[in-house]
Amino acid sequence: MDSATLIQTLLNSVVTSSVYALVAVGLAMAFGVMKMANFAHGEFFMVGAYTVYVLYQLGGFNFWVAVALAIPIVALLGVATERIIFRQTGANILAGFMATVALGFVLQVAVGRIWGVGLMKRIDTPYMGAAEIGDAFVGWQRLLVIPCAIAMLVALRWFLYNVKLGKALRACAQDPEAAALQGIKIRNMTMLAMALAGASAGLAGALMAPIAAITPYMGHGVVLIAFVIVIVGGMASIEGAVIAAIILGFIHTFVATLTDSLIATMVGVGFMAVTLVVRPQGLLGREKP
Amino acid sequence: MKNPNDTASSPVSGGALGTPAAAPSQPDWQRKYGGWIVVLVILGVLCVLPFHMKFYHIELSILYFMSVILAVSYRLVTTTGDWGFAHIILQGVGAYATALLAKHAGIPFIVMVPLAGLVAAAVGAIIMIPMLRTKGFAFFIASFAFGEFIRMVWMKVNNPFGGTGGIVNIPSPELFGLKLTSSVNYYFACMAFMVAAVFIIWRLDRSRIGNAWKSIHTDDMLAECMGINVARYRTLAFMVGSFFAGIAGALLAYRMGSIDPHNFEITQMVYLVIWVVIGGASTFWGPLIGVTILTIAFEWSRPLLEWRPLMFGSLLIMFLIFLPGGIESLLPALRRPPGEHYARFRRWLTNNRPG
Repeated sequence: MDSATLIQTLLNSVVTSSVYALVAVGLAMAFGVMKMANFAHGEFFMVGAYTVYVLYQLGGFNFWVAVALAIPIVALLGVATERIIFRQTGANILAGFMATVALGFVLQVAVGRIWGVGLMKRIDTPYMGAAEIGDAFVGWQRLLVIPCAIAMLVALRWFLYNVKLGKALRACAQDPEAAALQGIKIRNMTMLAMALAGASAGLAGALMAPIAAITPYMGHGVVLIAFVIVIVGGMASIEGAVIAAIILGFIHTFVATLTDSLIATMVGVGFMAVTLVVRPQGLLGREKP
Repeated sequence: MKNPNDTASSPVSGGALGTPAAAPSQPDWQRKYGGWIVVLVILGVLCVLPFHMKFYHIELSILYFMSVILAVSYRLVTTTGDWGFAHIILQGVGAYATALLAKHAGIPFIVMVPLAGLVAAAVGAIIMIPMLRTKGFAFFIASFAFGEFIRMVWMKVNNPFGGTGGIVNIPSPELFGLKLTSSVNYYFACMAFMVAAVFIIWRLDRSRIGNAWKSIHTDDMLAECMGINVARYRTLAFMVGSFFAGIAGALLAYRMGSIDPHNFEITQMVYLVIWVVIGGASTFWGPLIGVTILTIAFEWSRPLLEWRPLMFGSLLIMFLIFLPGGIESLLPALRRPPGEHYARFRRWLTNNRPG
């Protein structure tokens, strides 16, 4: 691997890691608060990408307006999922999970029926050209993902540690009963967690829309990686999810560059298997999953 | 959401298959042998049916028998509380083992089908090593990831798995000189395996081992304290489930004559979950009901092929919210006064947790 390829791969790794982190953080947060996860998370990502496709490509909006609108739209989807599914299935964790598996199906078919299954949707790249770093060329559109993802993650961290509502959310994740005794409404917190999960997944999907192939089934691969990351990072740990996202982002990009992306995903799953055997609670997890 | 009838001593607990629940007024013989009579009548009908059905419906019944094996064996794994997401993949392991061994080693049908089960059980035991560290929801995710891993191996490795094209030209099955290529012959072969599988799983479900599995689901710590080796019993359940999934895979591979990774996609797995959840997993008969009703519903929905995942997905969500015990819990639910259902619906509208 020469230096140009190395720089290019490193930068691509950072891009992949930041998208993974965005997707996995929401999953880890929702799991922390509800002890339940959302199999339709990949479909949230897909809906985020489709929002940009519809608004920017078909609707003629500004790219950034489309991205900004994707966040509240998918957040609303998250809230709806919480209210319609998780709240009803209640303590039955597997029922909630199965229902989101079905929700993923429903969203796939609905999107596929409205905008067609066929080949990938093409989106005109809003920022053409490539940055020349060393000898390597990396598209501006890819590089843009990095600051956006970092901004979102920093904002999320600031919210969780400095805002009263965010602190309440963390308290809920640590011990729901103790949090309820302090007057925190758990139900609002689960809704907030799902909204934030939807927002981050929606942003990730929106940012990847011009880069990735937009199909109704694009969420499938994303949710697999996100689950691997969340298990490696330690089910409910947000920091663990970010660290695991960086590790797996680098592993995935380097293996994909050297061989191909299918093998890269297999290596990721293998990494998860090793983690489960060696450290079942995950990198930063407190308890066994 | 337990069916109160499932404590009945007859093998077909009342209500589950439409027989009246064992009321005290029933004669003794009916309570004792009623279930067996129902089973024999169903078997008799199944024996006569292929001679009066169209070719298409016989093929459909063959697939239905495989689905029954899958649903019942999947339910067996879930009695330990391990709702996995790799059952279809293990069916695929059996199918690939059949395709490779029958094609290259020339192993006969009657040996190959159980052998495929053993291969699937072995693969199940291997992926169970890391998955034992997880339980509940994490088990679901981990099994999903490992299942996808195996499927990617099939897609990636051209020799011997044939990559995305899969394996073609699987030799046609032959049983003691009798060609099983005709639909009716294969129907009976499949039915024999289905009856054997259902019988063995039914016996296992009511055995000491089955009780140990259920105790792990109820409280694994307590089970451990009672001297049940939780890790070993969970592995055993997963292996037995994989064994029968592998048998279903072998039957599928022989019938199709060619297999590829798309036969074992996640969509199939979700349909399997739908069969078991909609039928109800708390008794042995729930998945049987679910797979029967949904196979018919699948046929009806053939004109709406593209909408099928949406329809059945919505159906699953509805069931999980309003009838989490599945169809098998419908009879006791119908006996409840209507006011209770209305109250439940009101609670749903006002977004309170039911129950």
